[in-house]
Amino acid sequence: MTSALQKFIVLAAALLGAQAAFSGSFLIRNATVHTMTAAGTLKSADILITDGRIAALGAALQAPQGAQVIDAGGQPVTPGLFGGLSHLGVEEIGLEPSAQDYALKLGSMRPEFDVMLAFNPDSTSVAVNRLGGVTFGVVVPTAAAGATGAPGGTIIAGQGAAVTLDGAALSGSRALFVELGAAASALSGGSRAAQYMLLRQAFSEARTPNLVLASDQRLLTPAGRQALTEFSAGAAPIVFGVERAADIRQVLAFAAREKLRIAIRGGAEAWRVAPELAAARVPVILDPLDDLPESFDEVGATLENAARLDRAGVRIAFSFADPEPHNLRKLRQAAGIAVAHGLPWQAGLAAITRVPAEIFGVADRVGSIETGRLANLVVWSGDPLEVTSVARNVFISGKLEPQTSRQTELRERYLERLRQNAAR
Amino acid sequence: MTRFRFLFLAIGVLSGCAAQAVKPEPAAQIAPAAEPYPSTYQVPASAPTLIEHATVLTGTGERLEDADVLLVDGKIKAVGKGLAAPAGALVIDGHGKWVTPGLIDVHSHLGVYPSPAVRGNDDGNEATSPSTANVWAEHSVWPQDPGFTTALIGGVTTMQILPGSANLFGGRSVVLKNVPAVTYQAMKFPGAPQGLKMACGENPKRVYGVQRKQFPETRMGNMAGYRAQWIEAREYLREIESYERKVKAGDKDAKPVKRDLRLDTLAAALKGEILVHQHCYRADEMATVLDMAQEFGYHVAAFHHAVEAYKIADLLAERGVCAAMWADWWGFKMESYDGIQENIAMVDAAPGGCAIVHSDSSEGIQRLNQEAAKAMTAGRNVGFNIPPERAIAWLTANPAKALGILKVTGTLEAGKMADVVVWNRDPFSVYALADYVFIDGAVRYDRAHPPAEPRSDFLLGQPAASGVTP
Repeated sequence: MTSALQKFIVLAAALLGAQAAFSGSFLIRNATVHTMTAAGTLKSADILITDGRIAALGAALQAPQGAQVIDAGGQPVTPGLFGGLSHLGVEEIGLEPSAQDYALKLGSMRPEFDVMLAFNPDSTSVAVNRLGGVTFGVVVPTAAAGATGAPGGTIIAGQGAAVTLDGAALSGSRALFVELGAAASALSGGSRAAQYMLLRQAFSEARTPNLVLASDQRLLTPAGRQALTEFSAGAAPIVFGVERAADIRQVLAFAAREKLRIAIRGGAEAWRVAPELAAARVPVILDPLDDLPESFDEVGATLENAARLDRAGVRIAFSFADPEPHNLRKLRQAAGIAVAHGLPWQAGLAAITRVPAEIFGVADRVGSIETGRLANLVVWSGDPLEVTSVARNVFISGKLEPQTSRQTELRERYLERLRQNAAR
Repeated sequence: MTRFRFLFLAIGVLSGCAAQAVKPEPAAQIAPAAEPYPSTYQVPASAPTLIEHATVLTGTGERLEDADVLLVDGKIKAVGKGLAAPAGALVIDGHGKWVTPGLIDVHSHLGVYPSPAVRGNDDGNEATSPSTANVWAEHSVWPQDPGFTTALIGGVTTMQILPGSANLFGGRSVVLKNVPAVTYQAMKFPGAPQGLKMACGENPKRVYGVQRKQFPETRMGNMAGYRAQWIEAREYLREIESYERKVKAGDKDAKPVKRDLRLDTLAAALKGEILVHQHCYRADEMATVLDMAQEFGYHVAAFHHAVEAYKIADLLAERGVCAAMWADWWGFKMESYDGIQENIAMVDAAPGGCAIVHSDSSEGIQRLNQEAAKAMTAGRNVGFNIPPERAIAWLTANPAKALGILKVTGTLEAGKMADVVVWNRDPFSVYALADYVFIDGAVRYDRAHPPAEPRSDFLLGQPAASGVTP
């Protein structure tokens, strides 16, 4: 038997069993609290959680009767992390159409398509990512071409919204997702130029409800016009998926003309347009790992994108470019890599906590730690951006989440077999 | 013939194509040229290098503190304490730095699925027949793939480039040194055996059965497909051997067997000259493939992806089969639904287990060290004792073993190729960066002095890339 295996047998007994989400009173002691607010980072701080809310935040707090005490041992406590823009809850498995709901393929432009109606809070990815310290994310639809001869989607993918990883939707976080550039050119007649032509027409239809058009010339249904009107009033953000510098400039010009509230998603070449983005106060939701010229939209991709944008005063949040929802827990590693390539550590953490919460209008509930709020936070074993750290305790909306998922149950079953074989 | 090939023969590491060169075949008309697309890689001259006072992970399970590594004439000359620098040596102050063997990725598609991923570059899958054992990945490799540079920056010195997994038999792989070159031959790892890429499960089913309504459409179809091919290959080998016997006996009328590229590959795999690498996710399928390997008398070098390897960790160890895995990727298709973060640690924990961290990705290959760190952390979290000196083997010695090149690289031992990475800190960290990457003793990456121009011709003259790595 290997020594690794012997040690494992001794320690395996200490593993946590299944438990339900637990609400009550908690005192987290001796933590380095990254509040992500003006209060900054508090050393040797305590956090008192009663009735799910952060009742107090400070030094040497007293534990009330019956409170569970968690000793952070000086390690970091952060707001629960952002998992990025993904198909969480609308894609159980890749490559299986019967387990996916994220793409509308009716062949017509339907901004009223709301992917949240398909959201499955029991999807196994929810608990898996939660165990990795992810407590909120944005569920997005994706524009996809149809199979040969079958209808597909359009450049307006539809609406999505933010959720917490206890499976609850965050109200007021609706956003509209639009996909541009080479990746969407099959949805716009083969040219990215037509993408702006189509968008102009759609917004024009929405803004001119009495416009008389023969029905076969319309892009939008009445419900679609209504939906787009709400977004064009700037009440909620429109997120444009776009990579190339020249395309980002086109989007900025379009948004200025239409007076839209927008965010850029992707933005592999955003660093080349940083001054314009900063001036327009448009945030960029980027993939820090995108550093190869995967297409002719991304020839300028670099690991320094985040650092350069941050230096130029552009607000940045992180998301993987691929909306596949299974490994959102890896996003903190991507943030660490951005830090290793010049981004200040605090900006790296903000890009997966406060900034995305602000972009999607949920910063009053998630993304920072403040007295009076429902507890959305994580106690870490070490630096939250470090690959050797783990999330020790995860609180979502005031509840301590169980340390179990389908994956931990698989693990326990087969660890037990490995143990028995080793003992033979 | 390079001196490296000679070295291989001298130490007898290979049973592959190179071995045929010293064992003249009586039947010259049947045998292909010993190495028809030979390596032209040349070890460049380099100054001796002494890396001193570093933390050294040897790849053999040892960790040396405040230790030195001496590289001379492209080889590791010595590893130990208080080594003296030869005259004219480059001396690297290793205080605070960590030294490891060059990283080895057993599963890469760089060059065959390069960036940019446009149709004209899409050369990884000959998805026109379920068995294309006749194709060779090296004939698709585009040496200008910018991904080679980003992999080098991540400390990768050696890679196996595989065909894709659309087919039951995808074709031959090639092992490359990560050096800048105009031709793939100039990157080809001298003397390394080729691999045979096979694929289980969903991909062949989907590409042929679901998309084209042709064989195979099921996992039982996959098995029937492999077995029919192995039967043909056995027969081909038998005919060749019969012919060779006749020639040897002086039979002037012996009729040579008609050469077949597909069967050449399969026969070489049966003989162990080409190493079998099989893409396979599910535990039950891997076990079935192991039975098939016994049925036809060959060895599986490694299962790749092996998301369920943890379910049969003991069986894999018992059969001497490596599993090449990711740390945490799962759920991207049904056969990857049972992926867990402890997979690598559990394969490693089975006595005799051979765990490998692989990428299958132009992103993942840039940070195999972090992938290993995550797997190490997940394993420690359930009680396994996995120090860095153990985990480093997952991306150095173990992949070298699976590729049949462990006798010449993969660890820091005297006499081996000086494929070495100097890290700015503990490599099992998200913040770790390679300061120097040596391949055969030559500095191929120096973080403090990045090249003024991109290595890839593709990036030259692209305004967006000026001043940008890679």
